[in-house]
Amino acid sequence: MQIIQPHYHAIARTAQDYERMAMSGVVAVCEPAFWAGFDRRHPETFIDYFAQISEFEPTRAAEFGIRHYCWVAVNPKEAENPELTQEVLRQMPEFLEKPTCLGVGETGLHKSTQNEIDSLQAHVELAMKYDQLVLIHTPHLADKAHGTKTVLEVLAGMDVNPDKIWIDHVEEQTIKSVLDAGYWAGMTLYPVTKCSPRRSVDILEKYSTERLLVNSSADWGPSDPFTLQESIVEFRRRGHSLQEAVEIYHNNPCRFLGQNPKWDIKPITISEE
Amino acid sequence: MLSPEKTLDTYYLEARRDLLEVAAMLDRYDEAVKRVGSKADDESKKNSLLDAMKILAESDHPAANRTEQLLIHFAKIS
Repeated sequence: MQIIQPHYHAIARTAQDYERMAMSGVVAVCEPAFWAGFDRRHPETFIDYFAQISEFEPTRAAEFGIRHYCWVAVNPKEAENPELTQEVLRQMPEFLEKPTCLGVGETGLHKSTQNEIDSLQAHVELAMKYDQLVLIHTPHLADKAHGTKTVLEVLAGMDVNPDKIWIDHVEEQTIKSVLDAGYWAGMTLYPVTKCSPRRSVDILEKYSTERLLVNSSADWGPSDPFTLQESIVEFRRRGHSLQEAVEIYHNNPCRFLGQNPKWDIKPITISEE
Repeated sequence: MLSPEKTLDTYYLEARRDLLEVAAMLDRYDEAVKRVGSKADDESKKNSLLDAMKILAESDHPAANRTEQLLIHFAKIS
């Protein structure tokens, strides 16, 4: 089965991931800009990072026949430095023109501070100005419900196209509000701290799958890129067809990401002889 | 050996995850009942889980033997 990893932080992973993903059917990964584990102090550090994920990382993935795309943004954890955020935002349009850059992300909220909200608004404004897709991070654990509500309130006060916005890391307590507002919702499957593969299938069965994306977890912390395949196996063992799985784990990412013409992977249909 | 505080800090998130899995499993059962329109003929496994949680919900276990109690409890289910 062909699989797309919509949210994958490749620079934190080894080539062994790519090799194993290729063997398990992954045909493309998308790398949103991420927090480095420490707060970066210089705009130039971001510029080099954006060059790494938009120029170098596609070559590393290509060694294994995997397409690599990216997103650019200042992560919400670094929004407490408004001067840095503004300077990086000023230079981001250059990267939005890169042939594998799909949009602005991941922006969003971490602690839902005013600086984070200002940064989120500035990122979304930039994205709308340049007609880009947006990927929005929602907070972890105890802050998730409040942070997601705040994200929705911020977006409700802006002139945005919900079709082009993906709100990520939804769980049972936040998914309905995101879908009801017309946005795409992403589930991120972590070994411990977020949604699990089994719970993701419960959510897929409960809600319409039209605007749902399923991500694994792949970063420098405790994470596992193969939680996505675990979700697929769980989905199939509950009796859902191969085509239904393809619709969710391959075609839905194509439908959302395909709004950017740089994404040229098309939805597929399994034919039966 | 870990201190009481370190024990909670180290294992809280994993225990949270495991409880969420139990909650999701029970939700899954209820959704299936709703979809099919009837309960399982034998609900003893579900009831066994709910009874196990009552054992866990008791705040004091001076012998620190919750695991042993649950194993004995679950042994009643074949």
